Amino acid sequence: MPVTVPRRLAAASVLVIAALGLSACAGSTAPGASSSTDSSSLSGTSITVYNAQHEELTQAWADAFTKKTGIEVVLRNGSDSELGNQIVQEGSASPADVFLTENSPAMSLVENAGLLAPVDAATLANVPTQYRPASGDWTGIAARSTVMVYNPSLISSDQLPTSIMDLQKPEWKGRWAASPTGADFQAIVSAILQEKGEDATTAWLTAMKENASAYKGNSTVMKAVNAGEIPLGVIYHYYWFIDQAKTKENSANTKLAYFGAQDPGAFVSVSGGGVLASSKNAAAAQQFLAFITGPDGQQVLRDGTSFEYAIGSDVASNPALPPLSSLQPPAIDPSTLNSKKVTDLMTAAGLI
Amino acid sequence: MQRHRVLTTPVPLLALAIVAAALLLVPVGFVVWVAISEGWSQLSAQVFRPRVGELLANTLGLLVLAVPLCVAVGVGAAWTVERTALPGRKIWAIALASPLAMPAFVSGYGWISAVPSLQGLGGGVLIAVGAYYPLVYLPALATLRRLDPALEESARSLGLSPLATFWRVVLPQLRVAILGGGLVVALHLLAEYGAFALLRFDTFTTAIVSQFQSSFAGPAANALGVVLAALCLVLLVGEASARGRLRYARIGRGAARPAVPYRLGRAAIPVTAVLSGILILAVGIPGTSLLRWALRPEGWQSIHLLPALTQTLLLSGGGALAATVVALPCAWLSVRHPSRLARGIEGAMYLASSLPTIIVALALVTVTLRVVPGLYQTPATVIAAYVIVFLPRALVSLRSGLAQVPPRLEEAAQTLGRTRFAATVEVTAPLMASSFGAALALVGLGCANELTATLLLAPSGTRTLATQFWSETSNADFVAGAPYAIMLIVLSVPSVALLLADARRRSDR
Repeated sequence: MPVTVPRRLAAASVLVIAALGLSACAGSTAPGASSSTDSSSLSGTSITVYNAQHEELTQAWADAFTKKTGIEVVLRNGSDSELGNQIVQEGSASPADVFLTENSPAMSLVENAGLLAPVDAATLANVPTQYRPASGDWTGIAARSTVMVYNPSLISSDQLPTSIMDLQKPEWKGRWAASPTGADFQAIVSAILQEKGEDATTAWLTAMKENASAYKGNSTVMKAVNAGEIPLGVIYHYYWFIDQAKTKENSANTKLAYFGAQDPGAFVSVSGGGVLASSKNAAAAQQFLAFITGPDGQQVLRDGTSFEYAIGSDVASNPALPPLSSLQPPAIDPSTLNSKKVTDLMTAAGLI
Repeated sequence: MQRHRVLTTPVPLLALAIVAAALLLVPVGFVVWVAISEGWSQLSAQVFRPRVGELLANTLGLLVLAVPLCVAVGVGAAWTVERTALPGRKIWAIALASPLAMPAFVSGYGWISAVPSLQGLGGGVLIAVGAYYPLVYLPALATLRRLDPALEESARSLGLSPLATFWRVVLPQLRVAILGGGLVVALHLLAEYGAFALLRFDTFTTAIVSQFQSSFAGPAANALGVVLAALCLVLLVGEASARGRLRYARIGRGAARPAVPYRLGRAAIPVTAVLSGILILAVGIPGTSLLRWALRPEGWQSIHLLPALTQTLLLSGGGALAATVVALPCAWLSVRHPSRLARGIEGAMYLASSLPTIIVALALVTVTLRVVPGLYQTPATVIAAYVIVFLPRALVSLRSGLAQVPPRLEEAAQTLGRTRFAATVEVTAPLMASSFGAALALVGLGCANELTATLLLAPSGTRTLATQFWSETSNADFVAGAPYAIMLIVLSVPSVALLLADARRRSDR
């Protein structure tokens, strides 16, 4: 089957593509990030951050850090467990210098594989002990709380469950939603696993497969609740606060409720940061982590649009948020959360 | 057309083509390797579980509903613009190909922001048919133009009604176009990620991506990949055996007259309404909601917009050049030195590219990480994925371009003292300029829209239009996503124009 093309169009395409090709060749011979390390200053070095945190937040950190130190930051964005498993598979050949997560299980995964370098003592001193593992191989950088987002026109506040465990009851069939493929929700499940044990978690997940509507992403869950598709969603707090601060397009018809009372559903998840043992830019990487947990980095949490909780250097959180101290979360050591077990249980339950 | 055989097949060319085909088959080899190394017990534990049953039901449901609908819409539309006196049918012929310019995930985004409750199989079929029916429409259009209307006229004169003529005479002659187009639609359905993920409709591809996001290139993702590859193989074999060796062609020389179009009379009104309805569903609704977001200025102020455009152009330019270079030896062999081996090489390339992109990406992640770490997360790997996925576009263009250059011209140049190589470069290459252009454009524009492989394979810090669009819409930020979607559509227009021009010109022969 002969293909003929109007001659002028073809000629134009050849020119355009040839030009592109030439510039592609030129581009590939000019590496963007290979400058030697100056012994006196790290300015001009570049670090690669495997970033599972919200891109916007980490970009704000990176920009402020680069401005202060001259160290370039390249982000590779992905999700917690994707990037965590990726680092494990890459092993000592990993191009990553720093790993930032939204939740701690992926951090533990990398720690357990022995791939993290100890965090500088000064950095650890920025962060209270309950927000980092005893090993000191990584540190908390921010925190987020599990919440219920509900649509008051479909469900009144006194009909809300008192415990996240209630959601396995048959009366919740078709009435609640979550984003099971996301690391956020998987961290919540790991808290349930930690607090209630394997059998109870399996039963809860099996009921969830039956009862819950699965959406992709916390914002989509919130959007569905807002649109009245479903009465209740289990998400993290900041999706709601971000939308309220913007257009309220996806949250105007919704309210938030907290489980509190040390319920597994009151889980406060710690976002982690660590430096890879294989990093060839360890000094710059440690500086980045020190910056994030230091006053400048934590103020980005307070003043920026991320609405995640600040946990380090005694910086207060965004004033729009209920204080972290008022949330009554269960006491869970972030380094004990088991991500592998959770994905196995959720795979067995058919949720992912 | 003259067929010319040179007795000796140039060995270097053959070697090049074999090496290229072998490299392209890496993902196929990866699937086989996973299947063998995981072993039956491991694999069956991953495969025989209710979740995989759900995915199979969803995926098969999608194929069973969307493919016939695409065929019905595609053939119906082609027949209407080609055989009836519909007012403005030349404009309709172009308009009906326009959904090709809107990538399925952009259409999904448009729909989802207009009708947030759209989801599941119904939503998936709606968007799939809107996005993919042109893949049947274009080959059907080309075939109808080429068909000799004398057959249809004989049928009419022997007393068949127009409808019966269509069923008994036209449709059988469209069989090759329908099967081929249907296969391409089915392969697209198996491979599509973005649109179905937006609709919360889980197919094998979306589930593999979810597993990848939960556990990177773990055994569960790989096992699902094996099932998906098997589905794909079933489709390929099914299409090949249904097509058989039948061909429909005029016997003897002479040209087919243009068909005398049916007068529609009052029926023109409902027919126009149906065609308008198709276009409204395929482009009107998603396009309108896209425009609504794109008209808000905030999205256009993003500092990432220009770098994303540049990186898209660089990566897809690289992909286009590489695919054309890789396709050239194979195209040359199959036109100038046809042999069983040449056909085998070509077949291997088609097989490699029919694997869904997610599997190609998974394979290249694993292979570069474990075997050639130097290529891990480099533009070279992204470009390799583009070559594997889009090679047939280059192959088809080059092969048909080459077939139109008589070897005699080259021989004449040789008798005038040129070496064989010089004759090729000075005589044949310039004559193939337009098919080089088509190959580069079609591949390049495919690469520009590519999402899955780019997400998994690109170097850290890479932002293309497609990945930026995806990252914005994943956060339900429709305003920020809109400019990327608009640029993706603008970039797609030339390739649609090329495809349409191709379909309409095939009739000239």
